[in-house]
Amino acid sequence: MAILEIKGLRKNFGGVRAIDDLDIAVKEGEIVSVIGPNGAGKTSFFNMITGMIRPDEGQVLLEVGDGADRGQIDIVGLTPSDVLRYGIARTFQNVRLFQQMTIRENVMVARHARTSSGILSAILRTRMFRREEEETRTRAEEALAFFGSRLIGYRLDQLAISLSYANRRRLEMARAMASDPKVLLLDEPTAGMNPRETAELTELIGKMRSERGLTVVLIEHDMKVVKGVSDRVIVLDYGRKIAEGSYEDVATNPHVIEAYLGTKATA
Amino acid sequence: MALAETSVQRARDVDLSRAPRIGAVFGIAVIFISAIGMVGTFATRSMIGSAFSLSRVLLALLAFTAGYVATQPPPQLEGYRVAEPSPRLVGVGSIAGAIAGAMLGLFAILVDSISIRDIFVEFTPELVGILTFEQGTGLGFLLLLLLGSALGAAGGAVRLMSARIRRALFAAIGWTLGLALLQILFTQIFNSLQLDFLTRLLYRGASGGLSVTSAPAVAVALFLIAYAGQGRVKKAVTGFRGLQGEAQRKATVAGMAVLLIILGALPHVLGNFLSSAMDIAGTFLLMALGLNIVIGFAGLLDLGYVAFFAVGAYTTSVLTSTSGPAFSPELTFWTALPFVMMAAALAGLLVGTPVLRMRGDYLAIVTLGFGEIARLITLSDWQASTLGGAQGIANVPPIPVGPWNLVEAQEFFYIIFGFVLLFAYITYALQASRMGRAWNAMREDQAVAEAMGVNIVAAKLWAFVLGAIMASLGGAMFAHRVGTVFPHSFNIIVSITVVVIVIVGGMGSVPGVIVGALVLVGLPELLREFEEFRFLLYGVVLIFMMLKRPEGFIPSRRRQREIHEDEVAQDAWLRAETERQREEEAAGSTGPERT
Repeated sequence: MAILEIKGLRKNFGGVRAIDDLDIAVKEGEIVSVIGPNGAGKTSFFNMITGMIRPDEGQVLLEVGDGADRGQIDIVGLTPSDVLRYGIARTFQNVRLFQQMTIRENVMVARHARTSSGILSAILRTRMFRREEEETRTRAEEALAFFGSRLIGYRLDQLAISLSYANRRRLEMARAMASDPKVLLLDEPTAGMNPRETAELTELIGKMRSERGLTVVLIEHDMKVVKGVSDRVIVLDYGRKIAEGSYEDVATNPHVIEAYLGTKATA
Repeated sequence: MALAETSVQRARDVDLSRAPRIGAVFGIAVIFISAIGMVGTFATRSMIGSAFSLSRVLLALLAFTAGYVATQPPPQLEGYRVAEPSPRLVGVGSIAGAIAGAMLGLFAILVDSISIRDIFVEFTPELVGILTFEQGTGLGFLLLLLLGSALGAAGGAVRLMSARIRRALFAAIGWTLGLALLQILFTQIFNSLQLDFLTRLLYRGASGGLSVTSAPAVAVALFLIAYAGQGRVKKAVTGFRGLQGEAQRKATVAGMAVLLIILGALPHVLGNFLSSAMDIAGTFLLMALGLNIVIGFAGLLDLGYVAFFAVGAYTTSVLTSTSGPAFSPELTFWTALPFVMMAAALAGLLVGTPVLRMRGDYLAIVTLGFGEIARLITLSDWQASTLGGAQGIANVPPIPVGPWNLVEAQEFFYIIFGFVLLFAYITYALQASRMGRAWNAMREDQAVAEAMGVNIVAAKLWAFVLGAIMASLGGAMFAHRVGTVFPHSFNIIVSITVVVIVIVGGMGSVPGVIVGALVLVGLPELLREFEEFRFLLYGVVLIFMMLKRPEGFIPSRRRQREIHEDEVAQDAWLRAETERQREEEAAGSTGPERT
């Protein structure tokens, strides 16, 4: 059974069809790339899965529970925070960090849904509060350590705004990972990175699956990354899925070439 | 053209066009404060002897500032030599000061010759007299021009001094004027500390200010102290920051203990009148600490905060008053307290729920409306049977503590002080907690906070409820201190004052909010002369802060983080990183290529 299954998803913005009858299934432990020209509806697709935009029609089915309790639930209509609670975390195309918070705090926020201490226990500093706070801290630092030495050490207490562009992207991924997701949605994770950093990140995306057991869906423009990490590539154009398969299959697909390069002029 | 080229090459020490521009701006400023009656009111208050009234000192200070601002060095461009300040600055300063002085002189002539008192009530012959030193407009004009020019020149001359002398000079001027202005405060403090000789030394023979003989001596003494002691405070602070672990904790505890002892003794040192000023400031401080959570942490701009203040004041009044209009259970403050908090929490939910989907400007406008609604309800006939309508509720009893009733301002100070400590602790406790982080995240980017799992509805409502409870306690304090509540005590000005305290003090910073409340509410209580101009003062302070120091008097930890420290740490990190890369490359060149 697929861990994430999208059925008949449809969304119009005014008269524009952003997403048109989309069916996608992602298996557990898969790394799937979503590619397509600008305006193909890739980010809208992410926004609909995470509850930030409500689709006009269709279902987003997420597998929940273990063993005998296994089943699918439709997460359309849930708030973004509930979607995260069920195990889908994301990053943003135009990096959106909490700029005036420290790097550690940025990641600690993502533990909100996994913790429960309230105002009163914070004021009274109960044992439960202190334990939970300690755990939140450790988990946040663990998530940051996934990206090597760049975000830890003295950096932990610096403001997110002081980071370089590539590090902001890493911090955003660490933040998403700290929420213990099952499915991670990465929106252009390598944008703004140099080739060396891109290669390193490609490796890390592989590790997200092998070490953390994550299922990853990523939107990406860098074909080297797409080729390097994906088990499967899905191509969108005008909100429709125009091709699906291995990188080699997709790369030679005439529809895909047409979508990217336009139709050949015929006499 | 050749001339222009050479002058571009040489870095200039001053931008000459500034002199007339700055002079004119300060000219308008002095005319403005004369026209609104500030000069007339302040003339009755002596600062140094009887010759230097507050209005003269203020005008002189403005002329001096004109000279100082006009000689501000132009921004240094990279690659240009840094210009040494030249004596030319004195001339530039004097031009700016002269222009301001001349404009004020012309204004005096205008007021003297044309009678438009029907429109401008402050354009009186007395004003002309004050401005022209009672010398007639002709000689007065000349005097203003010369004095303006001299003071402006002094302002420019300050630029020629070394930074150390300049800082000491400003400190001396500031403290001398502070001693003169806050004579009432210092007299009281010296007398209660058995330092009467200081009072006699400084203020003898003067009616509300320093005496002519003491002022110069005080200024010189302060200058010497400031010159010798410069850098000590900063060194102490860096020394404290440098302490590690246990030592730092000990220093903090010691500092807190000293602070507590001082504050504990404060009401006795300050006496009754000054303590009551502190109580008023304290009441606002309680509200400001609450609003600090709503605005500073959660980023929700609430302009109707007075509503919760009113809820607290009226709830406690209805429950404790011995002459309540409808039913008077005549509870004590303490037994009424849980009900006050519950009523406030309910009010917080009532205001918070409909505005859940609003942000920024829209939220501000709607909450502004809620503040007015609260006032109108207390005023209405509809609720007159319980809230007393325009008559309000009288006979709110004092707060009992054990066998005592807190009647005197000095006693009241302690209970307010206790609540301030409690609120400050709560603020710090929440700052580093799950909810504190959720609020901060929501302030930074609400959509992302929600996508990262923060329950926005709960976070917003908690911020409103907690803010409401804190404000309601401020309101309850107010009611028990004054003994009566009237609808007109709960107008929009209260909301605005509290917002200004939070913004000017430093959003999200407890020390900032405390300083803000003392300066913006406590000081005007001491300086009755300022009462009429309190909102002008707020406006000036607010504009100045937004331009020069938008993070507030004492910014919160995160806003003041020094760039310098970051840079040092970054350099160290970079060195280690390049080292690591070099090693990696050395290893990589022999091993197989990575992809």
